[in-house]
Amino acid sequence: MAKQGVEPDELTQPFWDAANEQRLVIQNCVDCDRLQHPPSATCRDCDDGGNLEWKQVSGRGRIYNYGVVHDCPVRLLQEDQPFNLAVIMLDDDPGVQMYSHLPGVPVDDVPVGAAVEVMFEPSANGQLVPEWRVIDG
Amino acid sequence: MTTPTAPDAMYRNDEGLGIWEHRGKVAAVGVGHAPTARRWDGRPETCVGAITIDALRKAIADAGVAPDQIDGLVVVPVTTTGAFWEAGKSLPMDVIQSFNQTDDPLDGIAKLSAEWLLANMPELTNVQFTMYGPGCMSNALNVTAQAVGDGLTHTCLVVKSWHNFEGRYYQGGANAGNALPGTPAITQLWGGPASYSTALQFAEYCRKYGKHHDMMAPFMENSRRNGLRFPEGYWAQHRPEELGPEDYLASRWIAKPANLFDNDIPIMMSGAYLFSTAERAQDMQQKPVYILNHASSNTRPRSLVPTLDEVEADTARTGRKIYEGAGITAEDLSFENMYDGFSLFHQFHLEGLGYRGIKFGEALDFYQTDISIDGPNPVSPSGGNVGSGRSRVWMHTDCIQQLQGRAGARQVTGVKPEVGVSGGPMPLGGNYTVWSASPD
Ligand SMILES: [Zn+2]
Repeated sequence: MAKQGVEPDELTQPFWDAANEQRLVIQNCVDCDRLQHPPSATCRDCDDGGNLEWKQVSGRGRIYNYGVVHDCPVRLLQEDQPFNLAVIMLDDDPGVQMYSHLPGVPVDDVPVGAAVEVMFEPSANGQLVPEWRVIDG
Repeated sequence: MTTPTAPDAMYRNDEGLGIWEHRGKVAAVGVGHAPTARRWDGRPETCVGAITIDALRKAIADAGVAPDQIDGLVVVPVTTTGAFWEAGKSLPMDVIQSFNQTDDPLDGIAKLSAEWLLANMPELTNVQFTMYGPGCMSNALNVTAQAVGDGLTHTCLVVKSWHNFEGRYYQGGANAGNALPGTPAITQLWGGPASYSTALQFAEYCRKYGKHHDMMAPFMENSRRNGLRFPEGYWAQHRPEELGPEDYLASRWIAKPANLFDNDIPIMMSGAYLFSTAERAQDMQQKPVYILNHASSNTRPRSLVPTLDEVEADTARTGRKIYEGAGITAEDLSFENMYDGFSLFHQFHLEGLGYRGIKFGEALDFYQTDISIDGPNPVSPSGGNVGSGRSRVWMHTDCIQQLQGRAGARQVTGVKPEVGVSGGPMPLGGNYTVWSASPD
């Protein structure tokens, strides 16, 4: 599926740079030892804003849940309707979620709970974007 | 005059606050609604500012209060349904020039300031207190109740309005472009529609409790039926169509398991109320409806979408806060008007309240019983957004009208209307009001 391109901004530049190197990094607060995604300028759990870094994670996860999008607001994705839109929980911290179109998985035939691993797909402007594929076990 | 946004301290977010200090001392009296429309037709007399003035004047007249007695105005400044005035599109000067203006030419067209309203309602000569309760009518009601209780205003109007322009919902702007900035890209590249997150929570709910989307049909039918008995609402005014199980279940998916009817329809609307102290309310034209409590949740999900665990923990917490501050239990509720736009989360609110003793996972079974206004367990007698279009206002209007005994064809008959609860929007986060026919 052809996703919109990405123009990295100050907050997310490290995330997108890592994606272009086929690495998945997630914001981590050093002070409270907790991953957070989506990223933000401050740690949501530390009253003083915490101490954020970008941490490379394993790139493994599980399909937590999914829906099937039939009426997508994003123009570029409309030609691919209907499509799966799943939420992945990261093995590194199952409270942390990422979206996936689950490339290769038939529409509405999603193995909830299945193991997945990260992969990287080019978007409309060439920026690589993390996606997820089902793996055995 | 510059209107401040309500400070966080005005909301009752925490458990353990005890009985609300102004319990029974604040009352809603007047109700006003402007006619609804699917979209703005471009005329000055139907712009969001104009319909807001209409709703406010009706609320004032309904309460039987002289405009110069009103000393407060609480406004929800955001009026969009997801439709925005496109950058670069020429301004509708004929509309703008039909009103007294503020420094933003789209004030009264695509947003609403207290200053714009006061500049165009010259009869409001004594308004000393203005405040914004951003978001929904539910927020603004919390703010108004607290403001009247705290003595910041004694006779206060509160209003929420919505504008809807031509064009498809949420399809313009960034969604039409070829690239997104990095931060929104992290959540928006995958293209989930507005109801996607709710659909996921519902899917998890169905998996956990062995339920199915078909089980929503009686709720949807009941809500539309109640909505068609709501003369102020969109479906009653423009499309008086029942929503039977066949029509509901045959409708197209938006984000499966959310279908078209699970998504409320964006409309032009305005709803307003007149609040006052319980004491002053005695002399007004309508029976006062007393506020027993207001409660809020500002909980956010840990990551992208709320999990069912997060939803259930927060709705339960919200239920406890609602009851604690009002000094009531679930058994005291005559009816409930919790939010429903999206329909697929109404059951979370019900279960969090423990309405009629239902527990987590039981609400869809409850929907298969008599939930009508004529039975002992009325569910959403307002019909909510399902029954009358997107406003997040109907539930509150219905609570007031039910307890005043003037809900007309919607009046509950299976229970004596004594205490009602309304509020939302989402199960995680939201603002709630407990209404009562009596102050104690
Ligand atoms: Zn931290």
